[in-house]
Amino acid sequence: MPQFWVVGEPNADGSISKLSTEVATLASTLAAAAGGEATGIVVAATPERAAGELAAFLPRVIAVADPALAGHAWSVPAAEGVAAVLAAEGDTDGTVLLGAGPDGRDLAGTLAALTGRGVLANATAVAWDGRLVVEMGAFGGKLITSSGFTGTGGIVTVRPNMVTAEPLPVAGTVEPRAAAADAALPRVAVVEQVEEAGAAAPIEEARIIVSGGRGIGGPDGFELVRELAGQLGGAVGATRAAVDSGWIPYSQQIGQTGKIVKPNLYLALGISGAIQHKVGMQTAETIVAINRDPDAPIAEFADLLVVGDLFEVGRALMVALRERSG
Amino acid sequence: MHIVVLTKPVPDPAAAAERLGPDMRLDRAASPAVVNGNDEYALEAALKLVEAHGGEVTLLTMAPPSGADTMRKALAMGATRGVLVTDPALAGSCVRSTDEVLAAALRELTFDLVFSGFDTSDGTAGVVGAAIAARLGLPYLSNAARIEPDPAAGRVRVRRITPTGYDVLEAPMPALVVCTQVLGEPRYPSLKGIMSARSKEIASRSLADLGLDGGTVGGAAATTEVLDSRKPPPRGATTVVRGTAEEGAAAIVTLLASRRLI
Repeated sequence: MPQFWVVGEPNADGSISKLSTEVATLASTLAAAAGGEATGIVVAATPERAAGELAAFLPRVIAVADPALAGHAWSVPAAEGVAAVLAAEGDTDGTVLLGAGPDGRDLAGTLAALTGRGVLANATAVAWDGRLVVEMGAFGGKLITSSGFTGTGGIVTVRPNMVTAEPLPVAGTVEPRAAAADAALPRVAVVEQVEEAGAAAPIEEARIIVSGGRGIGGPDGFELVRELAGQLGGAVGATRAAVDSGWIPYSQQIGQTGKIVKPNLYLALGISGAIQHKVGMQTAETIVAINRDPDAPIAEFADLLVVGDLFEVGRALMVALRERSG
Repeated sequence: MHIVVLTKPVPDPAAAAERLGPDMRLDRAASPAVVNGNDEYALEAALKLVEAHGGEVTLLTMAPPSGADTMRKALAMGATRGVLVTDPALAGSCVRSTDEVLAAALRELTFDLVFSGFDTSDGTAGVVGAAIAARLGLPYLSNAARIEPDPAAGRVRVRRITPTGYDVLEAPMPALVVCTQVLGEPRYPSLKGIMSARSKEIASRSLADLGLDGGTVGGAAATTEVLDSRKPPPRGATTVVRGTAEEGAAAIVTLLASRRLI
């Protein structure tokens, strides 16, 4: 019977990450299609809350409490915990699904080495068609590929917003487990945790992104971007040029060397749409650009291009949105 | 301080000519190769540390023989030497083979730190660094915004970017660090660097040299396979609005409302 394992990622406050709930719903769908089972695994110093929340989306969640995780980087000991659960459950060929965020990708790499399973990363869709079929973008989204594992199992990381999380009619059960004592890999100490002012919601999960490029002209110009994002209920993004200029933190960068996003709306202000940026946002459902240059590359893939001064059009847009919401 | 930087030749994203051949593998003839952009940030970070602490930077690449040409570009930035793992059996390698082969090559090298880029522009998986660290039992420090080795104490501190700020991680060396672009813009090779790169050593290693068997790693042992590839569906036509700012704003509001985005 095909097994689908979901690695639940706890947030800093102990709750389950939104992305993990999406992955859980995906795993439930796959298990139903394959006639298999979907099971969650949460490894943390105190996994109870995250495991309980994940059980709203999966019939069974294994909660591994490993007190030694406190004060240490999560992904490596968590991968060891997941590998131990797989071994204890006798699983040699199941599919492990997890979120394609920074922690998920770290854990996937460690787990791949520990279990010898293959990895398909950054899936945009996963289906069961007699075997697992994983859709991914290649070469910055210039191609879409469908791939599979040559054995029956593997590790798949899944991008945010590919699936809408849906709780089960009846919540699943949580099975507490103690961690195996024999951690083989070195643990890395977290000696300090720093919260930075103005840290924004993760842009990979945002449904609406208002983004600024070189045309914004400076850090002050991002005020307009922030205000528009606030008015639309969205997050703030940026191009590498804006980040390299120090106008906005790297965490907001979208593109080749930044994040890949797939929001419902991408509003691009002063962004030319060079290939390095395009690869990070081209799969947005609706792309609207405000740009002075009608011949900018973004004119070729935006749904709507407003030719004009981004500050004038941006302010007019804020007024129009306010009038509409009355 | 000895730092090994993992570098990969990738099809130049700017050329936008990437395609797969009939065997579902990258058609390397179709697209010019460049050093993976995120690897250049890792190399720049390594060069700065070696300039500050003394020592050497070794590049480690797994690629076809033409990978040596791309490696020269990274040597021109200032790396000391290169190691190119190349073997016909490696064509079509999956992530698992890549990390197993690179780990085997690292076992032959002496280092305090191994740097990898955040991900590659062609595969974008970004998992090979973690897998290598696990295979070698090295401390793994990822998403580095700052790297501060203390050679005397034999330890390294790394600022790891988190969703809300950063964590300061500390581990004994040797360790593997995944670099980000926050570490600083890569330098352009100087003319002197380009000239001296021509005579720098690139050691070539085959699977047999590393004690590996082409039946257990590489294309023959791939854990994943590409079943099908296609171009993304074309986006619809672009509506272009010129006029006053208010007319532009009105067009945006109309579109967003029609698509239930506001």
